[in-house]
Amino acid sequence: MLESILLTIATAATPLLLAAIGELVVERSGVLNLGVEGMMLMGAVIGFGAALSTGNPWIGVFAAIVAGMLFSMLFAVLALSLATNQVATGLSLTLLGVGLSGMIGEAFVGQPGVKMAAIYIPGLTDLPFGRLFFGQDPLFYISLLLTAGVAWFLFRTRAGLTLRSVGDSHSSAHALGIKVIPIRYAAVAFGGACAGLAGAQMSLVYTSQWIENMTAGRGWIALALVVFASWRPGRVLLGAYLFGAITILQLHVQAMSVNEIAQWTGPFAFVPEIGRWLLGALKAVPTQFLSALPYLATVIVLVIISRNRRLTLINTPASLGRPFVPDR
Amino acid sequence: MKKYMIALAASAAAILATGGIASAQMEKVKACFIYVGPIGDFGYSYQHHQGALDMQKAIGADKVELSYLESVPEGADTERALERLARSGCNIIFATSFGFMDGTNAVAGKFPDIKFEHATGFKRDHPNVSTYNSKFHEGRYVQGVIAAKESKKGVAGYIASFAIPEVVMGIDAFVLGAQSVNPDFKVKVVWANTWFDPAKEADAAKALFDQGVDIVTQHTDSTAPMQVAHERGGKAFGQATDMIKFGPETQLTAIVDDWGPYYTERVKALMDGTYKQVDVWGGMKEGHVVMAPYTNMADDTKKLAEEAEAKIKSGAFNPFTGPVKKQDGSEWLAAGAVAPDGELLGLNFYVQGIDGELPKN
Repeated sequence: MLESILLTIATAATPLLLAAIGELVVERSGVLNLGVEGMMLMGAVIGFGAALSTGNPWIGVFAAIVAGMLFSMLFAVLALSLATNQVATGLSLTLLGVGLSGMIGEAFVGQPGVKMAAIYIPGLTDLPFGRLFFGQDPLFYISLLLTAGVAWFLFRTRAGLTLRSVGDSHSSAHALGIKVIPIRYAAVAFGGACAGLAGAQMSLVYTSQWIENMTAGRGWIALALVVFASWRPGRVLLGAYLFGAITILQLHVQAMSVNEIAQWTGPFAFVPEIGRWLLGALKAVPTQFLSALPYLATVIVLVIISRNRRLTLINTPASLGRPFVPDR
Repeated sequence: MKKYMIALAASAAAILATGGIASAQMEKVKACFIYVGPIGDFGYSYQHHQGALDMQKAIGADKVELSYLESVPEGADTERALERLARSGCNIIFATSFGFMDGTNAVAGKFPDIKFEHATGFKRDHPNVSTYNSKFHEGRYVQGVIAAKESKKGVAGYIASFAIPEVVMGIDAFVLGAQSVNPDFKVKVVWANTWFDPAKEADAAKALFDQGVDIVTQHTDSTAPMQVAHERGGKAFGQATDMIKFGPETQLTAIVDDWGPYYTERVKALMDGTYKQVDVWGGMKEGHVVMAPYTNMADDTKKLAEEAEAKIKSGAFNPFTGPVKKQDGSEWLAAGAVAPDGELLGLNFYVQGIDGELPKN
């Protein structure tokens, strides 16, 4: 059961991680793109459609990445080249994405989709807890590799340093001869690709179907996670899994009956009494509160990190959300 | 002069008479709908929209103009959405979710000439507000019978949305149906606290299967739990729509909401001037609740389910017939007693045999 719960948590955390790690790069370059939800939905619908018509989930994934990237370019042209207000532009990108994806997806409603199969390595997958490490869907591994890659790129490479410098002070970077706008274009495109991939995870792995507005606010959670993580890739990983874990565990608390705990075997067998007490206490909490807990946890962490002003200043990209218009 | 006066009076009377008929009879109607989810949810809102389309088809697209707003949040936004429709010239507005109740009544007070129809609620504060509902719990009772007969583990999972009477009624009816077959049958209830979040519904289904159930049923609106049941090799019931396409080997049956007949009846009544305020609660008998074909089950289970369905459909049996005890063991319905509709519509407790506490609203 424990393995199965952990697998469920990983599936719940992966779309958040994918979308948040992309947005992290965007924000590190000094751009605030609030269109994550819209880009995820575009990725979800295009990915679903491409997989459905070809029967190949990988084509769906590829199409979703391209769709997310192209859609983010709409934002980039407006917010970067035309220097529109980033908050307003990002919001409209989300609104457009919700509507447009619903329109494109009208023909896909009520159609069972193509599910991306979990990998299977003979021997390894069959080990205890083997499915957790060697038997998940490919996008799970991609999300972890992507997180590690972004961490390495941002803090261990010269290109990453350049990107961060653009985010911290675009005028200084510009004065040094760094091409601010092209770098931001690249960052926004990467963010769009990641959001598209996150959308594909939702419509090809999490639930293999297209339903209008199926991301149900996960794009916004991803945005909150970036701040939660104070713009550090490792902490985005932590935040996504924390969020996923609370979401899943609160469902288990509800489904579990206090009497069953006494019969538990396995890793918790030695603490049935503590377990009973704990579960009883948790069960006394209204389910509405448990459902709100992941969001509440995000708010609390946001409050805590913004209290430490110095720490916030170190990590926050100083030019975040400010349009850059080079002197002409 | 006198002649003129008579002629004038006669023509005035004629005008009044025709005017009177004209206001009661309508050539064309603009019928409007607000939905809580997207019409592409392939569940609850989808089914309401299908009902609206059926109505338009039945009466004629040249006579009925349809207008709708989807994904309308319950609460303060409801009034805004309803007012927008009211000002756009709607003659009749169907508000299709329980949470639209207060908003519907507030807006109905401001627009006395427009008819408002609220689904699944109980408030009719103004003469232009009607309420309509379906006895979904009749279908849930049949589901309970099937679940208890088909489950090998003796425990089913129930994905619930919000603790409103309609949902509680469904859970209680499901449990009573199951207990009629196996008195020790267990039901695990998980509150998702959402009507529509496919991923969360899938998570809830996974959690239930991890906790040892082998059949799930849902009172949320997407097809996700059905797919999870398929992956886990379990069984599931479709919600609102026949979801057999999502689980050809998984769906046992589905409760199909058929709103078309009611919508047609009401809009027709408005057009021919016979419209009256009503409070309608139709079930299997009235054709509002339809069971999808019984599939993926043993023949004797199917027979039992058909018997239960026939019994309810004929009106001979009400799922809420005593003896029924409340969760705490106190008596609710004495042997042979039938729960009055009024009490059911405000139902806020579990019957005996359900583990866990009902969330308070």
